[in-house]
Amino acid sequence: MSLKSPLRRVTHLGSAKGGSAHWYAQRVSAVALVLLGAWLAVALATLGGASHGNVVAWLGSPVSSAFAVLLVLVAGWHALLGLQVVIEDYVGDEGKRVAVLLIVKFAFAVAAVIGVLSVLRIAFGVAA
Amino acid sequence: MAQRARPLSPFMHYRWQYTNTLSILHRITGVVLSLGFLLLVYWLGSAASGPECYASALAVLGSVPAQFVLFGVAFSFCYHLLNGVRHLFFDMGHGFELATARASGRAVAIAAVVLGFVVWLAVRAGLGGVA
Repeated sequence: MSLKSPLRRVTHLGSAKGGSAHWYAQRVSAVALVLLGAWLAVALATLGGASHGNVVAWLGSPVSSAFAVLLVLVAGWHALLGLQVVIEDYVGDEGKRVAVLLIVKFAFAVAAVIGVLSVLRIAFGVAA
Repeated sequence: MAQRARPLSPFMHYRWQYTNTLSILHRITGVVLSLGFLLLVYWLGSAASGPECYASALAVLGSVPAQFVLFGVAFSFCYHLLNGVRHLFFDMGHGFELATARASGRAVAIAAVVLGFVVWLAVRAGLGGVA
């Protein structure tokens, strides 16, 4: 005997009804990253060497720092959505899967905040 | 209650075609790019921490092992971006004819190798100018 009802035992095993939102978010962020990725490639190619002065001058411009913040946020989000699918596909054990997902989600949240704060520090002239 | 043998996922018994490899490469390059994202944050963070910290980060990124990683990231960036656009067309229902899907896959693979090499050389030149 258990306090769990038969309904509780079966309802956990199906679709979470959130799959299409995840799928769509992955595509929306992908389209944004085509533009932001091309912007990053062009910006780095025209930087004229990755000296500290060049990077600080580049991210000191409002347009560059805005795109850099967007790039960090959207790339982190897109990477997280993709890694989640990979983890869900290959980590079979539910406990391990939840643990790995939590670690990866926390790590990417921390990385994204560090990335945004770094760009803002440079943009506001703190790192000059 | 004994459970019946579960059905195998299709990829376990499909005949190999190079489009299979292109498909799994999209996933692998995506994982590589997730690591590349962390490298981007490391680079931005070091730049925000001042010139000394930035100089030591450039020394790390310019080292030989890091160059292999950066080449992987450069190739993955180009492949994942180009093949991602190919997949966006699939998502809109275009390009599913076998000949079209194979030709677009071949074009993506060749362009990714060439562009990846160019991007890596550009990154190397940028880092090498300083480190």
